[in-house]
Amino acid sequence: MKDDSIRKLDKAKLPAWDEIPLGWALLSEGSDDFKTGGWRSQHPVLDPEKCTSCLFCWIYCPDSAIRVKDGKMAGFDESLCKGCGICSTECPQGAIKMAEGAGALKEGE
Amino acid sequence: MSNKMLEIRWHGRGGQGVVLASRFMASSAIRENLYFQAFPFFGPERLGAPVVAFTRISNEPINLHCAIEEPDVVVVLDPSLLGVVKVTQNLKASGTSVVNHAGIPQDLKNGTQRRVFAVDADRISREELGRVMPNTPMVGALVKAVGLIGLESVFSEFEEQFSQRFKPELIRQNLNAIRRAYEEVREV
Amino acid sequence: MKLLTRKVVGLTGDGAAAEAMRQIDPDVVAAYPITPQTEIVEKFAEYVAGGLVNTEFICVESEHSAISACCGSSAAGARTVTATSSQGLALMHEMLYIAAANRLPIVMINVNRALSAPLNIHNDQSDTFGSRDAGWIQLYCENVQEVYDTTIQGIRIAEHPEVQLPVMVCLDGFILSHSMERLELLSDAEVKDFIGAFRPRTNLLDFDKPITLGAAAMPEYYFEHRFAQSYALDRALERVVAVDQEFGAKFARSYGVVEAYRMDDAELAVVTLGSLAGTTKFVVDRFREEGVKAGSLKIKLFRPFPIEAVAAALKNVKAAAVLEKAISPGAPGPALFSDVLGALYHQGVKASLISYVAGLGGRDVPPKSITRIYNHLQQIAETGRIGRILNYLDLRGWQ
Repeated sequence: MKDDSIRKLDKAKLPAWDEIPLGWALLSEGSDDFKTGGWRSQHPVLDPEKCTSCLFCWIYCPDSAIRVKDGKMAGFDESLCKGCGICSTECPQGAIKMAEGAGALKEGE
Repeated sequence: MSNKMLEIRWHGRGGQGVVLASRFMASSAIRENLYFQAFPFFGPERLGAPVVAFTRISNEPINLHCAIEEPDVVVVLDPSLLGVVKVTQNLKASGTSVVNHAGIPQDLKNGTQRRVFAVDADRISREELGRVMPNTPMVGALVKAVGLIGLESVFSEFEEQFSQRFKPELIRQNLNAIRRAYEEVREV
Repeated sequence: MKLLTRKVVGLTGDGAAAEAMRQIDPDVVAAYPITPQTEIVEKFAEYVAGGLVNTEFICVESEHSAISACCGSSAAGARTVTATSSQGLALMHEMLYIAAANRLPIVMINVNRALSAPLNIHNDQSDTFGSRDAGWIQLYCENVQEVYDTTIQGIRIAEHPEVQLPVMVCLDGFILSHSMERLELLSDAEVKDFIGAFRPRTNLLDFDKPITLGAAAMPEYYFEHRFAQSYALDRALERVVAVDQEFGAKFARSYGVVEAYRMDDAELAVVTLGSLAGTTKFVVDRFREEGVKAGSLKIKLFRPFPIEAVAAALKNVKAAAVLEKAISPGAPGPALFSDVLGALYHQGVKASLISYVAGLGGRDVPPKSITRIYNHLQQIAETGRIGRILNYLDLRGWQ
């Protein structure tokens, strides 16, 4: 089997049918190939005092927008967060609040 | 039908082990290196309702995959069916009936050259197994009537198939029932 | 060459499928019982309970869940087998496309049964014909031996690196599933050796190499993806042939993608599949005894459709009929007929071809009925006039 049967999509050119990854299996960590940050009309704001780094937000985020560093919650990814608010709803500590507008997201330390 | 193939139709009632007997008779043919098929008539199934099953035995692989239209042999496990079901329907003019019956079954020849065999399988099973279970003795009677498969083949197949499921005592009782029916069946 | 003396047994079609599954020893089986497939699930559950297999058996609440679990387990890298029938297959319908499009090498045994309504548990091929565009490989079995052999071959076909597609092994409900027939079994070691170890393409549980499976594809990607999948299914035909030939070389039984029976000089032919192919052979023999040049063609592989083999087999006949147990309401003809017609057109073969639908809902198709099809073909061959193209065998009120 060809090693490249699972691969990243080449965004520079639209692939021909025989260049499509077999079974549409994509080498990525999720939807981070699709930059959904531009969809945002609300943005999450983290209260570091309340956050316990339980990482529920990381599990629930549908767009891999939660940054994690050394096992700790480390902010949001500007290019991926579409402002859906799921992290805010699921956070057991109430540490994430949604604010109006696209905002300028901190991308962590 | 080709004369190399024997087609048997079984009549009984739900719960009497008709399908089991049709299958057991077929698989006994393994020991004679014959080919076989056994299948029930695919109708509603409930306890006591008339049940039909089929067995084909042949010295060649069997291509046919349909019901038996004109059987060579009919086997009747329950004498009470004789007035209810036309057991000899489409039986070949040269065919054979083997009937579980304590006396002389009503005329199954209908003016033909058909052969009719009778055996009191109810009594045999009651005496050997302690309850009325005519299916195994009827296999013994059938084997005697058609002579295609040796009694020893039937015995060894029974032992192999059921030794996991039945106690040795029950195996022995069944084999006795088969042997007695083989010996006691008579042509009417 | 002296062949090994093999174990000869009597098993039903369901029993043979379950025995093959025991020997395959899949990593995962997720299945839901349905008549007439039930014995497969019952027996396999006994094997699991008795420790005869190492399989993770997933009890599910419906067939939709069964195939969904199968998609998940196959994508996670587990060799996966399931079994269903009729309404169960219909309930699986949306997931069938997903299994094929995600290139998941699942093997499914489908016991062919009519679709409701009216409710009917008996045999016809409406269920799997209804799934013919789902992208699965479909193989049909003539007898119980073939059920056993095809199930084992199915694993090899599905998992071949160039195939990577799910396989449906189809057997006729009751006629095969509940018929006990003589068959020869392979040893456990032979089966294990033939199917080899599963080398999964995807492993969703490998956290060091995360991948995405089942992502959306926008219009600029979807078409190419679907064509790639369709192309792979077409190409799978060669692998089906190769696996069958290897099986034949090792175990002295092979089936081909079609079986031409007494077709060499045949002027009249019936094309059919499944257990009907056997009864048709019986009728061919009888016509041959009378000096009539009759033959028959069994379609073993229905998807991908063996276009060239079908056309080659029929190119010299004077008249042919396609006999099938399914109806395609509103279509120019039933499914198998339309495919055979398409194959002839592809290969530039002109033949007088008619259709016969028979045996819906388990109605018996005896030799005397198939005999009438050959009589009809004789008439067409003599007069050169096709007349009515779509015909219905033993349908009351239709003449």
